[in-house]
Amino acid sequence: MTLARTWGVGLVGLVGQLVTVEADLSAGLPGTAVIGLPDPAIIQSRDRIRAAVLNSGHKWPDRRITLALSPAGLRKSGAGYDIALAIAVLAAAGVVPAAAAGDTVLIGELGLDGAMRPVRGVLPALLAARAAGRTRAVVPLANLSEAALATGMTVWGAPGLADLIASLNGENHSMVRGVAVDSALAVAGPDLSDVLGQPEARLALEIAAAGGHHLAMIGPPGAGKTMLAARLPGVLPPLDDEQALEVTAVHSVAGLLDEGTPLITRAPFVDPHHTASQAAIIGGGSAHIRPGSVSLAHCGVLFLDEAPEFKRPVLDALRQPLEDGAVLLARASGVVRFPARFQLVLAANPCPCAAAKDVDCRCGSTERRAYSNKLSGPLMDRVDIRVDLPALPPSILTSTVEQGESSAVVAERVLLARKRAAHRWRDTPWRCAAEVPGSVVRRAWTPDDGQAELLDRAVRTGRLTGRGYDRVLRLSLTVADLAGRDRPCIADVASALALRCAEAL
Amino acid sequence: MSHSGPVAAKDELGRRGEDLAVTCLERSGLTVLDRNWRCTEGELDIVATDDGAITVVFCEVKTRSGVGFGTPFEAVTQGKRRKLRRLGLLWLSENRVKTYPVVRFDVVGVLCLPGEPPRVEHRKQAF
Repeated sequence: MTLARTWGVGLVGLVGQLVTVEADLSAGLPGTAVIGLPDPAIIQSRDRIRAAVLNSGHKWPDRRITLALSPAGLRKSGAGYDIALAIAVLAAAGVVPAAAAGDTVLIGELGLDGAMRPVRGVLPALLAARAAGRTRAVVPLANLSEAALATGMTVWGAPGLADLIASLNGENHSMVRGVAVDSALAVAGPDLSDVLGQPEARLALEIAAAGGHHLAMIGPPGAGKTMLAARLPGVLPPLDDEQALEVTAVHSVAGLLDEGTPLITRAPFVDPHHTASQAAIIGGGSAHIRPGSVSLAHCGVLFLDEAPEFKRPVLDALRQPLEDGAVLLARASGVVRFPARFQLVLAANPCPCAAAKDVDCRCGSTERRAYSNKLSGPLMDRVDIRVDLPALPPSILTSTVEQGESSAVVAERVLLARKRAAHRWRDTPWRCAAEVPGSVVRRAWTPDDGQAELLDRAVRTGRLTGRGYDRVLRLSLTVADLAGRDRPCIADVASALALRCAEAL
Repeated sequence: MSHSGPVAAKDELGRRGEDLAVTCLERSGLTVLDRNWRCTEGELDIVATDDGAITVVFCEVKTRSGVGFGTPFEAVTQGKRRKLRRLGLLWLSENRVKTYPVVRFDVVGVLCLPGEPPRVEHRKQAF
């Protein structure tokens, strides 16, 4: 046998494509050529796999070796093809049976000693292989628990190349069969009962969770903005299977998965520092395009603390993912799409000097205006809820006040509201109020006379813009969902108006 | 030029390998025209003809006493191949080959492991 074929998987963003790896041994002087648009990591793979094969106790063929990756037009990158390349060579040389080698998808990097090293993006790669009809795969042992999430495939984890060769030859080996573990109990995050006071902000957080609305919290340092934001994932419903797999795939590509319990079932919480670059937030890179914070926060919460301190281009770049629920990253190597349907939570101080009390503020009026301007405009237009947090009175810190509700209690109400919303929008592609376009909201529910008058007055006095009007309608629906009403009552509209117009009230 | 010690042993091994290579080539029907042809650029181990004197074969012989430093064939690196191509052209011009012959570069690897009969492998059209 001088020609053999194995399977690898190429990843562009989250989209995988099955790649055929062919090895041809021909007469001539020894040498290895890799063709099919390989990147430098794959070119270097020649030397890695040679050393790995020799150090696994097998011979490297003393022939001219041509390795081809196809489809030849697709750019291949990364060291994840090492195993597929090595086994293709060994199958061509007759060391392992070609039939067994050609039956399996092989993903992983090789060390010079023949050890298999974990690679990124194993889950999306295997999901693509499964979609292409492959049923068997071998991955590095360290990637096994993640790989096992691709249910329906027979997945093995190999500690080293020697084990894989032995198993292909039907000899004794120490490969481990992957078993899809039930999503382990997510570690409970911080609890809402830790937050002192701030009843309005707690309500705003609950409404934001129930309707998926973006939220802005303005208040002096120490008021509890960051504490509240960090507790939002705890009151959000757990991810469904499809979401969990998608979120896990994004984290896999970013190389951020937990080895033991890879499946992410809890809404992620991502809080980039305000010095973060646009590439860090949106995603970027040249050869390896990596997801940014917006994609890591997919189906979860993106929290921008000290939001006005973020660079203007970074804040502006959030508009597209907020609108589309995905980011498109165009590079010379191609265009990559990452999902980015996140819930935005902004926190800001009332002014740049961040005085604990208003009277202590030393900012000039222009400074204050420049600071708040950064958050106004297109970004704030997309934020449904704006809540002002007052400084905590000193008494609340010292007194032993009763604790607020725990996350579990709030999460239960949120879940019921979400179910009600899902039922309300059952014939549409949307699942919660925040996603529904204004025109559809207006068709679904028209305010009655009393409610309309309340809204008209807000519009007339300039407290509410046209766009804000739609947002108030959406918020009203969420408030009604939380209260267990099919249609919002006038009090629901009033609360919605208060949440939208905190600034003006 | 006279050597002593390990260098002489190395030359001796090389000569033995070349003798074995000539036998091997003749057995497969080649006619040896020239051996150890030298010029200022270097040396061609064996020049022969094949296919009824249509093809000129320039043959490099590599002899090894072990594989610790790689197989004999691995020793023919890119740089050596370039040099052999140049030497081949020089040989053709010096010997006034008028017609355009078919030219081939072969490599014969000879592995002389201690205590074993030498293994000779002839790779036609090696590069």
